[in-house]
Amino acid sequence: MKEVKRGYVRPLDVKRGCVDMSHGSGGRAMAQLIAELFAEAFANDYLGRGDDGAVLPAAAGRLVLSTDCHVVSPLFFPGGDIGCLSVHGTLNDVAMMGATPLYLTAGFILEEGFPFADLKRIVDSMAKAAREAGVPVVAGDTKVVERGHGDGVFITTTGLGFLPEGVNLSGNRARPGDRILVSGTLGDHGMAIMAKRESLGFSSPIISDTAALHGLVAELLASGADIHVLRDPTRGGVATTLNEIAQQSAVGMMLQEPALPINTEVAAACELLGLDPLYVANEGKLVAIVAGGDAERALAALRAHPLGGRAAIIGAVHEDTHHFVQMTTGFGGRRIVDWLTGEQLPRIC
Amino acid sequence: MKYVDEFRDGELARGLAAAVTRAAERGRDYNFMEFCGGHTHAISRYGVADLLPTHVHMIHGPGCPVCVLPIGRVDMAIELALKHGVMLCTYGDTLRIPASNGLSLLKAKSQGGDIRIVYSCGDALALAQRHPERQVVFFAIGFETTTPPTVVVIRQAHALGLDNFSVLCCHVLTPAAIGHILESPEVRDYGTVPLDGFIGPAHVSTVIGSRPYEFFAEEYRKPVVIAGFEPLDVMQAILMLVKQVNEGRAEVENEFSRAVTREGNVKAQNLVAEVFELRREFEWRGLGIVPYSALRIRGHYARHDAERRFPLAYRQVADNKACECGAILRGVKSPWQCKLFGTACSPESPMGSCMVSSEGACAAHYTYGRFKELTPA
Repeated sequence: MKEVKRGYVRPLDVKRGCVDMSHGSGGRAMAQLIAELFAEAFANDYLGRGDDGAVLPAAAGRLVLSTDCHVVSPLFFPGGDIGCLSVHGTLNDVAMMGATPLYLTAGFILEEGFPFADLKRIVDSMAKAAREAGVPVVAGDTKVVERGHGDGVFITTTGLGFLPEGVNLSGNRARPGDRILVSGTLGDHGMAIMAKRESLGFSSPIISDTAALHGLVAELLASGADIHVLRDPTRGGVATTLNEIAQQSAVGMMLQEPALPINTEVAAACELLGLDPLYVANEGKLVAIVAGGDAERALAALRAHPLGGRAAIIGAVHEDTHHFVQMTTGFGGRRIVDWLTGEQLPRIC
Repeated sequence: MKYVDEFRDGELARGLAAAVTRAAERGRDYNFMEFCGGHTHAISRYGVADLLPTHVHMIHGPGCPVCVLPIGRVDMAIELALKHGVMLCTYGDTLRIPASNGLSLLKAKSQGGDIRIVYSCGDALALAQRHPERQVVFFAIGFETTTPPTVVVIRQAHALGLDNFSVLCCHVLTPAAIGHILESPEVRDYGTVPLDGFIGPAHVSTVIGSRPYEFFAEEYRKPVVIAGFEPLDVMQAILMLVKQVNEGRAEVENEFSRAVTREGNVKAQNLVAEVFELRREFEWRGLGIVPYSALRIRGHYARHDAERRFPLAYRQVADNKACECGAILRGVKSPWQCKLFGTACSPESPMGSCMVSSEGACAAHYTYGRFKELTPA
C-alpha cells in the first residue's frame, strides 16, 4: 500500500491556475495562497510570524499614517503595474507629509478566475518596489469575490511613517510670494494608461512615471529650503492639486505656461485627444510650494536627484480672494486653470 | 511640438495684435462671430481676447455640436440604452448633456444602461463585430467634419452584412445654421446683434470647401474669413476681417489655405451624398426648428438607421426657462448675462448645453475667463 505523505499539499499551479472561491474561505487553500505567493514575495520577520497583527517597536515623536486604494485598469501598463503603483502611491502620500516611510500593509480583493500568473507578477512587482524603497510589507489580507464582482484585483495599501521634528507641511501653508515647483514632466502616467487602453489603437512610447518619492523628499528637506507644501499631483493632475492648495491656503496662483515641463510624446498625445496635460495624472512627481527666497535652492536640490532632473519653477502664489489658479499662456493671454470637471480619464490609479 | 508650436508663438501673436490695433479704426466697434466651438475654445484657452483692442469684440457662435443637440435627441439615445437595451456608443462629450427627467447619458449609465465612450465610430463598429449577440448603436453627432467617418462605418456595416449595427444620426449642417442666424430678427431687423463678419469654420471647411460661404458674403454683405483652430490662425483672421470692414469689402477669404480649398473634399462629399439625405427640418438647441439643416440615412441603408430599427419617437423638450443658451447661441447674449451662469449652472452641474462641452461658450468662459468679471486685470 502506498504511503501517505504527511502534510503534503500539491504546490500552487502558478502557470495555469487561477483564483477560486476557496482561496478566500479561510481554509487550506487560502493558507497555501498566502504562504506560497504573498509571504514568499514579501518575506520579512514581521510577516513571517504569521500572527493576526504585526508587532512594531514604538517610535518617539510623531507618526504619519496614510491609506490608498488602487483600482487601475489596465492592470499592466508601460512603466509599471497595479502592484508597484500601490506601493508607490502610499509611500508618496506619507512622503508628502515630510515623513520617512517605515511600514506598509496590503489588502487584496481578488476576483474569482483571476490567473495566478498575473497575481504573482503583481505581487512580485509590489515586493520589488517595497524592497527598493526599503519599506517592508508587515501585514496584509486577502478576500475573494465572485466572478463579475471585481475587476481582477483591487489593492489597498496603508503606510506608516516617522515625521522628524521641525517638519510641518500642510496644504494650508502656501503664502503670497511663495514659488511653485514641480519635480519633473507632467502627465506621463495618465497618458501611458490612456495609450494602453483597448479602445485607443495607437502605439506609443509613453511610459508611466510611477516611482517612490521619499528619497527625493528627503533631499529636498535636507537642502534647508523653507518648504511650505508638498503634494503628489495624482488624479486630476497638477491643476487639481494646485486648486486644492489655493483653496486650503486661501490664496491665488499664477502659472507660466512656457515653464511647464512636458514630454513631447505626452504633449502630442494630449493634443490628439483634446486633453490638457495639467489635468493628467502623475505617479512619480511632486508639487512643492516654497518660500520665494528659497526657490532656487529647492530647485537645485530637486534637480540633483535622479527623479528630479526636469524639475522647474512653474509659478508663484499671490493674494486673491477668489482663490483662482491662473496661467499666463505662451500666447500672451491669461486664463483660469480651473478644477477638473467630471473625469478626464477612466480609472487610472 | 512641431507643426503645433509654430501656431501658438507668443511673439508672432504680439506682432499680429499690434497690427490689429493699428488697423482697427478708432471711433467704431468691430463685432465678429466665430462660428465654431473650436475657435471659441482657442480664444478662451490662449487668452486671444486679452490681446485684442477693446473695440474689437468676439461673439460666440453656435458651432459646438454638443451645444446645439436638442434635449429630445439625447432622450432618444437614453431610451435606446435603457428601454431597448442596446449597447450605445458615443463620443465622451455627450455624456453629461442634461436631458429630460433629470437624466443624462452618464446617469443612464449608472442606472444600468450599457453606454460606451468611443474615440472613433470605427470603435463602435468593432464592438458590434465583437458582440454579435448585442444591438450596437452609434450616437452620431456633429457637423460636416464628423459626418464622413459615420458614412464610412455605415458603408462598412452594410458591406459586412453587420445586422446588429445601426446609427442614431444627428449630423447637422453648418451653412444652414449661419443662414438661420443671418435671417434671425435680432440680426436682420432690429440690429440687436451687430455682426460685421464671420470667422468661418476650420475643419468643416476642409470637407465642404469655402464655396458655400460665398452666398452669405454676397447676399448678406458679411465678410467671411475661414480660419484654422490655432490661436494665431484666429488672430490672423481677425486682422483680415478688420481690413475687409475698413475697405467695405464682403468676401470669402481663406486664412486656412494649408487645409481648405474652394471645392473642399469632393470624395467625402460624394460619399456623404450616397449615404445621407437632407431632413426636411431639424430642431437645434437655441435656434429652434431649422429647415433642411440636418441629415438622415437614406432608405438603402435603412437596416443601419436606429430611427427605423427601433420604435423611437422624437419629442421636443423646452429648456429651463431661466436658461439663456438659446440667446447665447444666437449671439444675442453673453454667458455672464445669464442669471444661472456660475450659480445654478456650472460645468459640474450644467443646466444648459453651452455649459457642457469645453467648446461651449459658457463652459469656455467659466473655465478659462471668468476672472475677467471678478478680478482687476
